Amino acid sequence: MPSAASPELSTAVQQVFANPRRSLRGTRAREVIIYFCLILCACFSILITVSILGVLAKETWNFFQDEDVTLANFLGSTKWNPTLGSQHSFGIWALVSGTMLITVIAMAIALPLGLISAIYLSEYAPTRVRDILKPVLEILAGIPTVVYGFFALMTITPMLQRVLSEVNVFNALGAGIAVGILCFPTVCSLSEDALRAVPRSLREAAYGLGGTRFDVAIKVVLPAALSGIISAFLLAVARAIGETMIVALAAGSRPHVTIDPREDVQTMTGYMVQMATGDISNYDVEYYSLYAVAFTLFVLTLTLTMIGNIVRKRFREKYE
Amino acid sequence: MTSERKKTRASTGSPSIRVQPTPPPLRDTRYRFFINHSFHWLCWSTAVASVAVLVILIHSILIQGVPTLSWTLLTSAPSQNASEAGVWPAICGTIWVCGLCALITMPAGVATAILLEEFPPRKRLGQFFHGIIQLNISNLAGVPSIVYGILGLTAFVTMFGIFSADPTLPGFEIGVHHYQQFMSEGDRAILVPVDTADAQPIQLSDGMLAYDRDLNSIEVHVIEPGGEYPAEGELLDRTLVSDAEGGAFSIPSFYYFRLPFGRGVIAGALTLMLVVLPIVIISSQEALRAVPSSLRAGALGLGATPWQVIWNVTLPSAIPGIMTGSILAMSRAIGEAAPLLIISGVVFISQAPQNLMDEFTVMPLQIYKWADRPQAEFRAIAGSAIILLLVILLSFNAVAVYIRQKLQKPLS
Repeated sequence: MPSAASPELSTAVQQVFANPRRSLRGTRAREVIIYFCLILCACFSILITVSILGVLAKETWNFFQDEDVTLANFLGSTKWNPTLGSQHSFGIWALVSGTMLITVIAMAIALPLGLISAIYLSEYAPTRVRDILKPVLEILAGIPTVVYGFFALMTITPMLQRVLSEVNVFNALGAGIAVGILCFPTVCSLSEDALRAVPRSLREAAYGLGGTRFDVAIKVVLPAALSGIISAFLLAVARAIGETMIVALAAGSRPHVTIDPREDVQTMTGYMVQMATGDISNYDVEYYSLYAVAFTLFVLTLTLTMIGNIVRKRFREKYE
Repeated sequence: MTSERKKTRASTGSPSIRVQPTPPPLRDTRYRFFINHSFHWLCWSTAVASVAVLVILIHSILIQGVPTLSWTLLTSAPSQNASEAGVWPAICGTIWVCGLCALITMPAGVATAILLEEFPPRKRLGQFFHGIIQLNISNLAGVPSIVYGILGLTAFVTMFGIFSADPTLPGFEIGVHHYQQFMSEGDRAILVPVDTADAQPIQLSDGMLAYDRDLNSIEVHVIEPGGEYPAEGELLDRTLVSDAEGGAFSIPSFYYFRLPFGRGVIAGALTLMLVVLPIVIISSQEALRAVPSSLRAGALGLGATPWQVIWNVTLPSAIPGIMTGSILAMSRAIGEAAPLLIISGVVFISQAPQNLMDEFTVMPLQIYKWADRPQAEFRAIAGSAIILLLVILLSFNAVAVYIRQKLQKPLS
């Protein structure tokens, strides 16, 4: 026992075994240096945003400097003909309408299915079903988008061709369904998180008033979690707009305005892939149009994401 | 149960109260139960549908991919002939790019998460800065990956055109030897060293130093056009006609480095880093937040400095969570094709990358290239490559789940 030993012995033992005390000045200096390194790392994320904005804005500016391009044409035309020498026309709406068509189809699938699954998982499902359904959703969320593109091209489109008439090999419907399947786990897990964050006491009060599960889920829990669910919807829309590989493989490459989902359309991302896989080493107006489209895409998705984040933060119902 | 209670209350409650002339109308309970049951069925069928989608997806890929799954596919290089084509360069490219991406992303992501979680700001300015970074990261997570591809193309592949106007030509490079290659009169390749890749055609002179393809030094024997050919075989092998024109030929070392990066492995890895960095930061933040504050308080009470607390207490407890999140982020990186498609374009890659600046292809890109071709046999091998990719991804996810289950000890 140390207490039994004589004080001289214990100090001697301490001197042998104790760590020499590190200098406090060194420790403090290290703390400060590490702190600044961490701040540098954190600034890196800001640098990414700034450089995205800078690069896209500068090259888009270069795009509009070309004499063939006018802002009125870009924002007011529905013809997108970047490669046809004298008949250049850069009407972004041809691409935006393709993106919108795909997004609407995808959301028509992902939003209702995702929300209903989320309500089921959070309010109805017994543990055994949860244990099956959650991994299925995780696997669906983890499958690469190029696989969904292959699935749309090789499975969904032939199925559609059997059911509907005059379905093109590349069509908006097949691609939209695949994008919907891709967004479904996102909607489901984000909405479920929002629903689960609603405190138990609210549910129990509603059950105590004689509500059925449906009453509790739809009339109490859903309104309480609405901000989180709307934010999940907006994030899913942003994801669908920015989806690339599915539309590059399955949606085709004809930029035009249509609402017929059986036709082939080109989206903004599809155009970017088409340009990038061609020869883009020459710095001409086609090359800069890539940046103009990317800038439009970035502005659209960033707006949606920001609104989603603000909705989630500002309009959250807070319960003690 | 609820219905009975409801009914009895409804039937016994109303006659006893005389003050109220009419009881408030109760909605038909049976109708509410019908709604509840049908909604339950709707939910259940949605759940079945989502399982069915996964089953159909996997079934269709197996049907299309399994017949062409072979050893050749795994070990050989892409080819114009579908039966000989393989994904080996793509697998190597995936390992190079994603490994490098993990090496860069992990420290940066975890450091940012530590700053955001473990150093709560005290001053107004600090709080402002903190809020900006946090908002910025959640917004970055929603940026489409193809936009990161465009940024990578400008910032890494061409480096804003600072170093050279033509992105295919490096402005600065080390670790590479340039040669001009001639075919000798005896049909052997002869390499004459030059300074740059785009050097002027050199004047051949008798006895100048050159190399053969195995880099053994040889002496060139130069003859005039129409001059006398040497009869002997060995001399004929190193004989060049003086007006012969050489082609540029470069042999990079393993440490070859150039600026701008070009369409190389490092540009791909940095671009993927942009894509997965927000994911790594957010998941690391969640892991750090899950460490109970009593542990930190205990360590601080023992006299540890903030960094000592983080390094010795918080990080070790949060490592399983950070690892799980990072592995899932890496599996996202493995499956990501769009930014790399912008970076590397569609080029034919027949061998695994040899250095950081080498052109590359990755699994999802190879799948895209094959699936985009109209021929049925290429689409079939795309299905087989998808099976390989899914096996890789599933094993990654299995490791993540294992770490989550086994290593995560209850901390509070």
